[in-house]
Amino acid sequence: MLDFPRWKQIWLWAITLLAALASVPTLVTQFGGQWPSYLPNPEVSLGLDLAGGSYLLLEAQQGDVAKQKLEGMAETVRTKLHDSNIRIGDVSTSDGKVSFMLENPSQVDAARQALLPALSGAGSVQEWRLDVLDGNRFVLTLTQKGLEQDINLAMDSATDVVRKRIDALGTKEPTIVREGANRIMVQVPGLQNPQALKDLLGKTAQLQFKLVDTTALQSDIAQGIVPPGDEVVPYAPGTSGAGTQIAVKRLGGIRGDELTKAQQTNKPQTNEPVVSIQFNSQGAEKFARLTTENTNKPFAIILDGQVISAPNINEPILGGSAIIEGNFTTETANQLAIQLNSGALPVKLTVVNQSTVSAELGADSIHKGAIAMIVGALAIVFLIAAAYGRFGIYADFALVINVFMILGIMAVFGGTLTLPGIAGFVLTIGAAVDANVLINERIREERRRGRKAFQAVDLGYKEASRTIFDANITHVIAATLMFMFGQGPIKGFAVVLMIGIVTSVFTAVYLTRMWVALWLRRARPADLKV
Amino acid sequence: MPLLKLVPDNTNIDFLRWQWPTTILSVALMIASWVLIYTNGLNFGVDFVGGQMIRVTFTQTQTAPIGDLRSEIERLGYGEPVIQSVGSPNQVSIRMRLPEGSDKNAGLADKMTRTISADIQSHHKDARIDGVDSVSGKVSNELGWTAAKALGFAALAISIYIWFRFEWQFGIGALVSLVHDVTLVLGLFALTQWDFDLTIVAAILTVLGYSLNDTIVVYDRIRENLKKYRRMPMTELLNLSVNETLARTVMVALTMLITLTALLVLGPKVIFGFSAALILGIVVATYSSIYAAAPMLIWLGVTSHSFVPTESAADRQERIARGET
Repeated sequence: MLDFPRWKQIWLWAITLLAALASVPTLVTQFGGQWPSYLPNPEVSLGLDLAGGSYLLLEAQQGDVAKQKLEGMAETVRTKLHDSNIRIGDVSTSDGKVSFMLENPSQVDAARQALLPALSGAGSVQEWRLDVLDGNRFVLTLTQKGLEQDINLAMDSATDVVRKRIDALGTKEPTIVREGANRIMVQVPGLQNPQALKDLLGKTAQLQFKLVDTTALQSDIAQGIVPPGDEVVPYAPGTSGAGTQIAVKRLGGIRGDELTKAQQTNKPQTNEPVVSIQFNSQGAEKFARLTTENTNKPFAIILDGQVISAPNINEPILGGSAIIEGNFTTETANQLAIQLNSGALPVKLTVVNQSTVSAELGADSIHKGAIAMIVGALAIVFLIAAAYGRFGIYADFALVINVFMILGIMAVFGGTLTLPGIAGFVLTIGAAVDANVLINERIREERRRGRKAFQAVDLGYKEASRTIFDANITHVIAATLMFMFGQGPIKGFAVVLMIGIVTSVFTAVYLTRMWVALWLRRARPADLKV
Repeated sequence: MPLLKLVPDNTNIDFLRWQWPTTILSVALMIASWVLIYTNGLNFGVDFVGGQMIRVTFTQTQTAPIGDLRSEIERLGYGEPVIQSVGSPNQVSIRMRLPEGSDKNAGLADKMTRTISADIQSHHKDARIDGVDSVSGKVSNELGWTAAKALGFAALAISIYIWFRFEWQFGIGALVSLVHDVTLVLGLFALTQWDFDLTIVAAILTVLGYSLNDTIVVYDRIRENLKKYRRMPMTELLNLSVNETLARTVMVALTMLITLTALLVLGPKVIFGFSAALILGIVVATYSSIYAAAPMLIWLGVTSHSFVPTESAADRQERIARGET
């Protein structure tokens, strides 16, 4: 056990130095220095409890995705069959199904042909099952696979949109991660007041332009009678028509997602804040067609199912740029511009968990945590040196290297240091001490039994290694479970503990053994002071 | 310079002489803990019951005006707040239930936070809002569930490991001392009514790991000695094993306690409960590795012959032929 050929020494040193060196960028930045950007810079980031900032856990309702999917399909059915001149009755959406009747049963095959391309989703997944009942009733069922894929896609694009919106706020290094099936975790270090962020993420910002049905009677709408082919949309609160509803035509509108740019500006005449939008070429073409075909008719600008204004189309708008009015303040107009620029959220997100830590508390925590760690570590270093002499000093060196190695490995894996993580460091120091104590007590014991120095050390390491391994497995089990099931603070603690146990055993068993072996070979002591 | 020896060489304390009084003590403390947990309950934080927690530090005053705060917040009409100091007397946490209907409308909870924060700062100029946590009922249920799962799986995984590694009596002994340690830590939280949140679960999982670690070191030595000294009476053998590992036990417990006390006293108050849980856990784990784990083996009928393979008739013949008794 005490045989250390040169290659083995080189290996051990290489591993040690590599891991410890990776901690340097973190330490340089933490102590106010600047790490040169041309060098590789693995860094440990600070958790919110240390850096201060805001944490939001956003959740999408799976039901919303399904509902939207059904409504989208209903829309597709109407347009496709309308385009193929197939007349149908009302399209109903309920229970995960879209169903409708054909007016002319002889068109079943034609209808089936028309709908076929819309039934499969991305890839080879069959999104919809099509059944024809009683000869002319079509039932489209959303499959479980289709729904899952849809939620997945929706969450991916929602994560993207959230990132774009947060970037527009100009905050520093936000973390945005998808969690589980339908959640997005957002961490913004340094952000003290998450209200603006929540306002920005709270709207899906789905923009639509639909023609107003001027023939619909206000009295009918008020009584809940919806003219055929129409839908009734309420005015958004705070707009000129707030509290009333208007009927718009289901078909023939366009969606506002084909934009290249949205911007808050002020209307020249009144200086009122408005949002100017610029369609991309496809969108501009559709918009031009809509405005040309419907000149002198009103159309409604609908945001998230609420009308924000319903201006008259005075002339065809061919250039693809338009202005949205809607009793905005500069802030709300700006917010809408950001939302439109980032694209619409495919699902509505609600905040289910939120946490804010002030920068003062974070700074206080890191300061006090560091002091506690240094005081504790110093006390231990002295205690070990006093108890085990030369062997204790080797153990102390191993302990210090251990701390740097943990930081370095965390940096390489992009870990985050949290407050419980600091406590994890403390415990790891305990585990490292444990290993050294087991070894040194064992050497003492072997000496007492009258073994020679070299043999006692050899046996001490051999016998203790088994116990060390056994004992640390329990920590690894606990840490692994914390990592698997834990969230937030527990995870930060588990990561440090897991890395720490590995490095503790490495430094406490292998490094010290190498040092002791080399010393024994060099000095050939007759007696050991352990 | 002579080396420091916390435990002198050839220490031979008759630990097992005290096995009955300590057993009674352990059982009494465990019963007391269960009674406390049943009557007082644990003071679950927002992590587990949902709701909102605002942390406030009063920068100019020594002691936070808890009474004033309570009546001021009650006047706002969001219900009764739970206010307690965290760690130092000028820091408090204020817990509120989420307003009715905030599951549907997240704005309601935000409004409550803003109103309360503004109200505190208007009445107390030196109040600094350190942080706000808001957890919906759904998430808190999940957090509670995952924490319970983590604890359950940890206990299971560890028992499987011990069963694998040792004989069944050792497995039971380790489990009993583990239950003992975790119960006493829970009892402390029921007694003091400190916030029981996710970090405390992490602390308990660590105590679980440490308790086992300690027990395994002692058991490892017992097993070794069982093979070495076939004829030694069990009590003597257990005493010997505990004494042989005593230096290690004391040294490790001491270093852990030093670092954790530094963390408790000098560290940030936010993890006061966490450090306290670990300190108590380590003290009881050290105690139980000696007084619960070792005597359990006697009661479970482990003897010096337990792990000697039964001798076959042929072996017996051979042994007699060799002239051994």
